[in-house]
Amino acid sequence: MKKKMTTVAFNDTPEQAEQLNALIAKYKNVEGNLMPVLQGAQDIYGYLPLEVQKTIALGLGVSVSEVYGVASFYSQFSFNPKGKVSIAVCLGTACYVKGSGKLHEKCMEITGIGAGDISPDGRFSYDATRCIGACGLAPVMTVNGDVYGRITPAEIDGIIAKYL
Amino acid sequence: MITNIEQLIARRDQYAPTVAMRHGHGHFVDAGDGIRKNVLICGGTGCTSSNSMTVRDALVAELRLAGIEDEIKVVTTGCFGLCALGPIMIVYPEGTFYSKVKPEDMKEIVTEHLVKGNPVRHLLYRETVKGDDILALDQTPFYAKQKRVALRNCGVIDPECINEYIAMDGYQALAKAITTMTPKEVIKTVLDSGIRGRGGAGFPTGRKWSFAEAQPAGKKYVVCNADEGDPGAFMDRSVLEGDPHAVLEAMAIAGYAIGADEGYIYVRAEYPIAVNRLEIAIKQAEEEGVLGNNIFGTGFNFKITLRLGAGAFVCGEETALLTSIEGNRGEPRPRPPFPAVKGLFGKPTIINNVETLANIAQIILNGPEWFASMGTERSKGTKVFALGGKITNTGLVEVPMGTTLREVVEEIGGGVPNGKKFKAAQTGGPSGGCIPADLIDTPIDYDNLTAIGSMMGSGGLIVMDEDDCMVDIAKFFLEFTVDESCGKCVPCRVGTMRLLETLEKITDGNGTMEDIAKLEELSEYIKSASLCALGQTAPNPVLSTLRFFRDEYIAHVVDKTCPAHACKNLMKYKIIADKCKGCTACARKCPVGAITGAIRAPHTIDTEKCIKCGVCISTCKFGAIVKD
Repeated sequence: MKKKMTTVAFNDTPEQAEQLNALIAKYKNVEGNLMPVLQGAQDIYGYLPLEVQKTIALGLGVSVSEVYGVASFYSQFSFNPKGKVSIAVCLGTACYVKGSGKLHEKCMEITGIGAGDISPDGRFSYDATRCIGACGLAPVMTVNGDVYGRITPAEIDGIIAKYL
Repeated sequence: MITNIEQLIARRDQYAPTVAMRHGHGHFVDAGDGIRKNVLICGGTGCTSSNSMTVRDALVAELRLAGIEDEIKVVTTGCFGLCALGPIMIVYPEGTFYSKVKPEDMKEIVTEHLVKGNPVRHLLYRETVKGDDILALDQTPFYAKQKRVALRNCGVIDPECINEYIAMDGYQALAKAITTMTPKEVIKTVLDSGIRGRGGAGFPTGRKWSFAEAQPAGKKYVVCNADEGDPGAFMDRSVLEGDPHAVLEAMAIAGYAIGADEGYIYVRAEYPIAVNRLEIAIKQAEEEGVLGNNIFGTGFNFKITLRLGAGAFVCGEETALLTSIEGNRGEPRPRPPFPAVKGLFGKPTIINNVETLANIAQIILNGPEWFASMGTERSKGTKVFALGGKITNTGLVEVPMGTTLREVVEEIGGGVPNGKKFKAAQTGGPSGGCIPADLIDTPIDYDNLTAIGSMMGSGGLIVMDEDDCMVDIAKFFLEFTVDESCGKCVPCRVGTMRLLETLEKITDGNGTMEDIAKLEELSEYIKSASLCALGQTAPNPVLSTLRFFRDEYIAHVVDKTCPAHACKNLMKYKIIADKCKGCTACARKCPVGAITGAIRAPHTIDTEKCIKCGVCISTCKFGAIVKD
């Protein structure tokens, strides 16, 4: 999956920078440390802007291209911050045969953005996710981590409205 | 802290009475702690997504109000399997099964059932209510044919409490292995049981172990593959959520067998509950001394580290998984050398799937003959399937190998809902294929599924009905593989893309018979030339649908129609003149003005303008608009 680098300016707080340095120090001498550090950094910032990737590369003594190579390979690593309302539709098989393709189209229509994007005002971000394992509730969407199961496209407006 | 076997046995005997009334025999067992009943609430992903934790909090509050909080033990368990009916709650010793419970139902359940002893019939799972009788869970069609080995503790114990696991004979197999058996005997037991890997390829687990054991002594690793990427498969997640210690125990047994002192669990980050329970389980196991140094005073050391995946399907492939643990892009590497020779960090490594490991302790405790007595000639034991799609009882089932697809779909799964016809079952995810209705009596095992062009895979079983277009399904899986191909080898990276483009051409109505022939030719190239299993199996969805549903492909190509009315670009909306009252409702709603007609006269749709959004169909009160 191709990833686009965010256009939102990077602002970090001194606390975040301190947490990142502590994280790097903790893993510096651990074998296979890049993934856990990237995951920790994403927990701190919510995404992985280029500035953070550079700090990690410097801290772990690897090249920025190596960090970027790993970060861009895995779909969980996001180069975009999450929107105020973060929406995701499961496109796993069980959800797909129960009509999640229609939810996917409806969500892109409502948010005006494609999968993996954030709206310019930072209000919405939208993702089409892999199977989240809630197949018993198919089709499933999540909004800010809350799971909504067995939904129809007509219900989506009402669900998202709760978060605005 | 448990430092020897005697202490482990004492601990089991101490806690066994506290879980004894959950064994489903209906008898009360006095553990001497004043507890009258156990109420189990599912805390798996499915049920927590339907707010089971709010239900639990409401139950606890109601118990306190009724003043019986010291008599009723509330236990949060892993998955019961019947995910479609969540949140699920079960009351022992009687074993009454409440489904789809809400927080507001708790008052009635507490006052009527838990205080007065009268089960609240209208909240019970309807299959358990037969006239005046209330059936136990194992008498319902969903559970009656199941045989739970890998899932034996799921939905029975509290996965965050090591003592409940120990009470169910937990860590006895590890104790037996490291104190009474040699590593070679352990491997022979696993070999004799006939168990094959549950993750996909079905390689005999004992053989894998013996290869690694045969390597010169030194640093070796045991890796648990919990990167359950097949969409629609969630048995590994349920085991990790419901019985994490079973996996830890089996990894330690494997470590003893091959001479490893370190293990890694590579688990999907998309499974936060499973990750959390594994963290808790590892911590408890270390605190109790069943993991760590000098286990049971034998001098055997074993530690386990958790590593999180980051959403790459290819990392379920063993060499890609190892590359990912090492901190790189998860790209597979050529084999040989096999991981058993040169694996994680260049050391001999075995990689086993979660469900495989969940069987190991039972094999050690009950013997290889017991395990081999279940299943078919070449596929022993049981298999867990995740039922999903167009089926009444979505959820997890565990059945002996050799159970027919019909038994799983119709009897256990409750058949296809809404009066629709069963069309096909998809097994093996993006690497598997579709089994058509006329092969529904096939006994499910590794070899039978491979023979009909599908595969066992990890056990996802998605049921499809007459509304599902098989060309569209093949396209859906190819979209997945194109997205997930790591890009290292050309046959997979470019080949799957070309397959997808051809399928899109067909579903758009521009396909030719030549395209069908090309699909087949290209599929064979991709199968034979790809580096890893992702590419080698990626064409299976295309090949199996071409084999069993060729007429559907031909309908798309020659007649330019989609028999299932699923492919949008081949669909036409049409108004049945006899049914149309000319109310103009559809014409007013149509966003592109494609519908015209005079008031009180039949309308028509301009198919050139129509964007097939379906608004007219949902607007029409007379059922006059149909897809053609």
